[in-house]
Amino acid sequence: MAELTMVEAINLALRQEMEKDESVHVMGCDVGVNGGVFRVTDGLCDRFGEDRVMDTPLAESAIVGMATGMAVKGLKPVCEMQFSGFSYFAFHQLESQAARMRWRTRGRYQVPMVVRMPYGGGVRALEHHSESREVYYAHTPGLKMVIPSGPRNARALLVSAIRDPDPVVFFEGKLIYRSFREEVPEKEETLPIGESRIARDGDDLTVVTYGAMTQRVLEAADVLSGEDGVEVEVIDLLTLSPLDDAPVAESVRKTGRLVIVHEAHRSFGPGAELIARINEKAFYYLEAPVQRVTGYDTIVPYFAREQAYLPSVERIVAGARTALEF
Amino acid sequence: MPRKEIGLESTIDYLSILDTKGKPDKDLEPRIGKELLLDMHRAMVRARRFDEHQLRWQRQGRLGTFAPVIGQEASQIGTVAVLDDQDWMVPAYRQSAAALWRGTPLAGLLLYNAGYNEGGEIPEGQNDLPIAIPVASQIPHAVGIGYALKQEGSGHLAMTYFGDGATSEGDFHEAMNFAGVFNTPTIFVCENNQYAISVPREKQTRAGTLAQKAIAYGIPGIQVDGNDILAVYSAASEAAERARKGDGPTLIECVTYRMAVHTTADDPGKYRTQKEEEQWQKKDPIERFRKYLTARKLLNKKKIESLEEELEKEVKSAWDEAEQRMAELDRHPEVMFDHLYGEMPAYLGTQRKAMTDEDDDANG
Repeated sequence: MAELTMVEAINLALRQEMEKDESVHVMGCDVGVNGGVFRVTDGLCDRFGEDRVMDTPLAESAIVGMATGMAVKGLKPVCEMQFSGFSYFAFHQLESQAARMRWRTRGRYQVPMVVRMPYGGGVRALEHHSESREVYYAHTPGLKMVIPSGPRNARALLVSAIRDPDPVVFFEGKLIYRSFREEVPEKEETLPIGESRIARDGDDLTVVTYGAMTQRVLEAADVLSGEDGVEVEVIDLLTLSPLDDAPVAESVRKTGRLVIVHEAHRSFGPGAELIARINEKAFYYLEAPVQRVTGYDTIVPYFAREQAYLPSVERIVAGARTALEF
Repeated sequence: MPRKEIGLESTIDYLSILDTKGKPDKDLEPRIGKELLLDMHRAMVRARRFDEHQLRWQRQGRLGTFAPVIGQEASQIGTVAVLDDQDWMVPAYRQSAAALWRGTPLAGLLLYNAGYNEGGEIPEGQNDLPIAIPVASQIPHAVGIGYALKQEGSGHLAMTYFGDGATSEGDFHEAMNFAGVFNTPTIFVCENNQYAISVPREKQTRAGTLAQKAIAYGIPGIQVDGNDILAVYSAASEAAERARKGDGPTLIECVTYRMAVHTTADDPGKYRTQKEEEQWQKKDPIERFRKYLTARKLLNKKKIESLEEELEKEVKSAWDEAEQRMAELDRHPEVMFDHLYGEMPAYLGTQRKAMTDEDDDANG
């Protein structure tokens, strides 16, 4: 098995799906000759040609709108938004059209489309390049919202997203694009959309996270194990919508304590939804108020001070200790 | 019920005044005072040298990603120079030459490129909007500001900048249409630098020019040699006169070239040839203007040397100033909560306080 970065693993998924299925098309700004600004689509244009790896004019709304038409007609477009911060140009097409087409036509048409976008902070980028606004998409009925946490699950989830009959918004954490490698089998591998995974076993405390923050949570779990003798169960959601809350509830029934970590803003964030679900499913098992360690309710500051915005290992450890010491 | 050709009212001119040797077309040469000519030259060189320093600092890790203006100095200075202080300038993200002309301090741009929100502060009295990154999103603002200026009856105008890629975005088309419908005093400056990151202008639109997009909105459009500051200035002056008289908006397409990278995260070797870059090098807007000024005896080697020395000192002292400010600002990450609302809501105040308390804990 090859050791791949997340960029290379996503590239592998795209290449293999394009080989298997002629209806798969890649489209976006700079995805062709340039291979994407992060090189995720590197080499695809050479291999599959400009008709299937489409360098589009600079118009996010038209990319997603055109892809919706392509998908209705039976193609499987995989769109790239250069950064999630530019996807709002296309939000209207996603919300008003792609997400509703099946529902509006009572099942006559479907939109099997993927919209990939890099998200999140921590790479010293400019304004609009560091946001984590997954709730816009998770909040929209008709869309699925997937956020992988590493090379191997990114590849497997993207394959599933491309084959999914509904529009999938696929967030890729820039912070983990190249920060570590994992063994990724050349042989096909898929993961079901809508299933979380247990990233670390433990009995004392449950920490739920996803995407790029998973690495920091695992680091914090090591600190807590080493310094406090506390074993943390880490649940990596992988999909935000549909949200796989059952394993979280099960874990909370075991540990009685829950911390949620995300770099998205705190208010109305994914943590709030998860707490509501746990209140419904495991309220009587809670031994402490659920803690949230999140991005703050302000715009991500320019990069000199973005680390003060992002949940740090220290903040996660502090949040865990608050839950443990209650 | 005939079928006949519709005679469109508009045609599109192409304007070029200075040849690559810096020789002007005498019939078209605009009358510009000596002082302004030299100011424009100084501003072009200042913007270029500043970016050259910034590229070095970026490679050393002292600055983050930024978009150099190198190659586009004439298209910016030639247009911004027709504005007065009461006019408004609405930039995208590559308009450092125009911003510096308007009064943005070098240290401010350095702070911005080093990742400090304070670099976005616009000096009091400078009627500019901040850097806008999402492509084309700023263009409608110049229509709104133009409309407000028109309501005041002041004879002032709004000028906005964007690139060739932006002409594919809905915001561009919607803004042009609104400007036409409301007849606003707005000048749309399209800096066609041939590439939207890697995508060449030919793949951006099948239209032969970007200037002709004005025709569909019933407003005048002109294409100019964007590396010829005299041509750019002439076209901008005409557009400004039109706007000030109440005759509405204009689209100016400046045909130019991004001589450096899209941003410092970009590798142009992936999508353009060295030969092409060399050809454009020969059309360098600063070199061309210098030849013209030298022939007119407004500039000589000695004057150029002393200008270069002066700018070198200015840029370095701007760095010192910015660096000093950064050290102070680093102690206050909590400013990320400030200026989000006119009045800070209680929950944000709580978060801000938690952050300062955390810092106190860390320091104590």
